[in-house]
Amino acid sequence: MSDSSAAPVAGAPHERPRPASLTELFLVFSALALRGFGGVLPWAQRVLVDDRGWLSREEFVEMLAFGQMLPGPNVCNVALMVGDRWFGWRGALAALGGMLAAPCVVVLSLAVLYGQFADDPVVRRALMGMGAVAGGMILGTALRLATTQRGRAPWLAFGALAFVAVALMRIELAWVVLALGPVAVLAAWGTNRRRGGGAA
Amino acid sequence: MMSGAGLIDLFVHFASLSLLAIGGALAVSPEMNRYLVDERGWLSTPQFNDAIAIAQAAPGPNILFVTLLGWQVDGLAGALAATVGQLLPSSLVTLMCWRWKSAREDAPLVAAIRLGLSPIAIGLTASAGWVIASGASGTDPALWAMTAVAALVVWRTRVNLLWLIGAGALLGALGIVG
Repeated sequence: MSDSSAAPVAGAPHERPRPASLTELFLVFSALALRGFGGVLPWAQRVLVDDRGWLSREEFVEMLAFGQMLPGPNVCNVALMVGDRWFGWRGALAALGGMLAAPCVVVLSLAVLYGQFADDPVVRRALMGMGAVAGGMILGTALRLATTQRGRAPWLAFGALAFVAVALMRIELAWVVLALGPVAVLAAWGTNRRRGGGAA
Repeated sequence: MMSGAGLIDLFVHFASLSLLAIGGALAVSPEMNRYLVDERGWLSTPQFNDAIAIAQAAPGPNILFVTLLGWQVDGLAGALAATVGQLLPSSLVTLMCWRWKSAREDAPLVAAIRLGLSPIAIGLTASAGWVIASGASGTDPALWAMTAVAALVVWRTRVNLLWLIGAGALLGALGIVG
């Protein structure tokens, strides 16, 4: 039972705040997606974990891990899982719909304007500055989530390997997932067995 | 307006790519390019690249570049065919796997998945940030400094993130960085 992640995942759902309705779920996901310049993930973490408290940080990491290993966009997969947790498939649909509907209108509007502004040097420089910040925000989110791994330093080696392979060596993500994922799960299985019955 | 057969073709093609899109739809964008530009001739290469650029600059998930591609092919019907095709199979698989997992919280395999995959998820998230930052910042030390400040602020504080993005856009537009 040495893993600190065990408690929050097991007992949490009924003690935490939860979305009151499908409408709230839809609106919260709309609002966080609409603020997600350069990536929705930092906002998903901020809103779902820090602001609303619907998920613990550990639960968020777990959903994200699932979302990344499975096909489909990570944040959309997280939306599906969050919605399904409280409202079944209708919740999944509401959360995913919220994530996509309003930003979709924005993207299509931008597409109309894009032709006029794409080559404007001021716009280009502004986008570059936003990109630099957006990348940093995602890195900061990763560091924030890494605090869930306290006391399991050796396991962060898998995270470091994934970073070296994808970020520095630019190996295609799917190969990294397929190669590292099963090894990490097997190693975890072995560790849990030695500790006696999968206590993690 | 495209024929119904064309729309079905678009839907089926994107649906067939859905389950290959581990880590997001950008992973299969080369195949989308081949299909839409080379094979069907529905879009030009600049149109295709613009769709990705716009979706990345706009708020919301990057998957919306698929919506934009469909929109350019055939308006609203094309946008729906491409988006639903791209998301439906992967969403069903995700929900099935998630429910399977949630019904067995105490099973050894689920415990092992939780322990083993979480650090990889964190490493992949950091990778995504790194790739976006290096694409925007290149070798410019001022832009990298902004990346570092943004990372620190998100890691350590709860400052409203919109200020960060706004500051990045402003410093870039004024030519102070970049």
